[in-house]
Amino acid sequence: MAVTSVVRQSNQLMSWLVGPGVRVLVFALLTVPFLGLLWGVINSSLGPDPAEHLMHVTGEWALRILVLVLFARPLAQMGWPSLFRYRRMLGLFVFFYGSLHLLVFAQVYIGWRQDLLVEELAERPYILVGSAAWLGLLPLAITSTDRWRRYLRQHWRRLHQLVYPVAVLAWCHVWWLARSDIGDAVVYGLLLGSLLAWRLQRFMTKVLRRRKPSC
Amino acid sequence: MKNKLSRRFNDPSIASSDITPEQVWLNRRALLAAGLSAAGAAMAGGADALETTEPASLDYRAASKESTPGDSLTPYKDATSYNNFYEFGTDKSDPARYAHEMTTDPWTVSVGGLVNRPGKLHLEDILGGFDLEERIYRFRCVEAWSMVVPWIGFPLSQLLQRFEPKADARFVRFKTLYRPNEMRGTRSFTAVIDWPYQEGLRIDEAMHPLTLMAVGLYGKTLPNQSGAPLRLIVPWKYGFKSIKSIVAIDLVEQQPETSWQRLAPHEYGFYSNVNPEVDHPRWSQRFERRLPSSLFKPNRIPTQLFNGYTEQVAGLYKDMDLQRYY
Repeated sequence: MAVTSVVRQSNQLMSWLVGPGVRVLVFALLTVPFLGLLWGVINSSLGPDPAEHLMHVTGEWALRILVLVLFARPLAQMGWPSLFRYRRMLGLFVFFYGSLHLLVFAQVYIGWRQDLLVEELAERPYILVGSAAWLGLLPLAITSTDRWRRYLRQHWRRLHQLVYPVAVLAWCHVWWLARSDIGDAVVYGLLLGSLLAWRLQRFMTKVLRRRKPSC
Repeated sequence: MKNKLSRRFNDPSIASSDITPEQVWLNRRALLAAGLSAAGAAMAGGADALETTEPASLDYRAASKESTPGDSLTPYKDATSYNNFYEFGTDKSDPARYAHEMTTDPWTVSVGGLVNRPGKLHLEDILGGFDLEERIYRFRCVEAWSMVVPWIGFPLSQLLQRFEPKADARFVRFKTLYRPNEMRGTRSFTAVIDWPYQEGLRIDEAMHPLTLMAVGLYGKTLPNQSGAPLRLIVPWKYGFKSIKSIVAIDLVEQQPETSWQRLAPHEYGFYSNVNPEVDHPRWSQRFERRLPSSLFKPNRIPTQLFNGYTEQVAGLYKDMDLQRYY
């Protein structure tokens, strides 16, 4: 009696873990960096210049999760569809960390001053491309709901391909910022480059296949 | 140890509360650095290890309080835990974490080039051969943050005069130690900066009374991450000009190339005077975060021309176009 109930419970646990459990787990994991920063801000434990730390960590996580999102499709093709199911959540986390990045910039670097914002955009191309990347994410975040998806129909897919130029812009941002050590920029460049190349190659073969019967 | 140090501390501007926590902090650092596996060894040999890396107190003439109105000192802990010293890594916390791997005793600085008496300075000459004084200077990094630090040192001019510069010496070139097995940042194969780190000054800048050779800060010898045992401090220039852990000083006729200039000439000029009007492609130079800063109180202040030392140094650049010679 007791044994069967334990078995039943563990089965339930297993099915929960592969179902909604994973979703909760992924969500929890992706909030960890944010909670870490929040804890650091509340306890003032981010060192004498928290601005730099906050900028670095929020930007880095936005980019890391963006890379993860782009991995979803090739992994699904290779028979591991788990990540593919969480693309929306991952995408929204990219937007979340990207927005935090922007907020810290506004608060600490320009003190919410419009004239300084204009100056930064005009004079520092890495800030311009970074801002453009965030602006590219904005419509994707807004139209991420099922409702918008139904409403936009086939245009939704087209719109969400914006993620590719966003990825390129985000990488340009990192590349421009690299100073004496280009390690990070090279790693992200290789990852994003191969992910985009994989898509380009798929796209090209599709185009070629479509053309064949017509000629 | 702590009591003896506090008694020798003759600078009234530093509260004793500043001293105690940093000692605790330093010990913790050293023990953490020793690592878990070496914990036993650290216990046994720890006393010796700490003796050599722990900053020792110095005898010096304390700065007068009027020297820097309105600038409160950056806490020792912040000044020695948030550093740029790329030989140990590009993260601000890397130098404090890894600079202890650098051997600073024995240490030799060779002084040569266009001098009548080329020679060497050893660690004991550096620490004992000059009258030390305290200078409280603003320190402005090109990354738009700044600190206020009580340095201990002597004017660079005193050092140069000992070696008798020749009349045709128009510039001074400095080099940092380059010892890859003790400097993990130099072993990064994605680093595009050339080692050894190199900096330069015009001879009149080098001879200027504000230009300091620092051997200590906060009353004690420099910790390694701050450029032990001997570093330059040029308070009206961006921090990267103030080269650390110097091993060579040469007087030369031609303007020497500097490391940052070589890497990105459009970003870093030879002069690199603090100037809010000369823009930098990465950071606006109009403001700075005076550290410690926080998210809700960023402590953003306007940057001053020549870092506020215009009265003393503007004469050096009388007929120069500062936009062009940045």
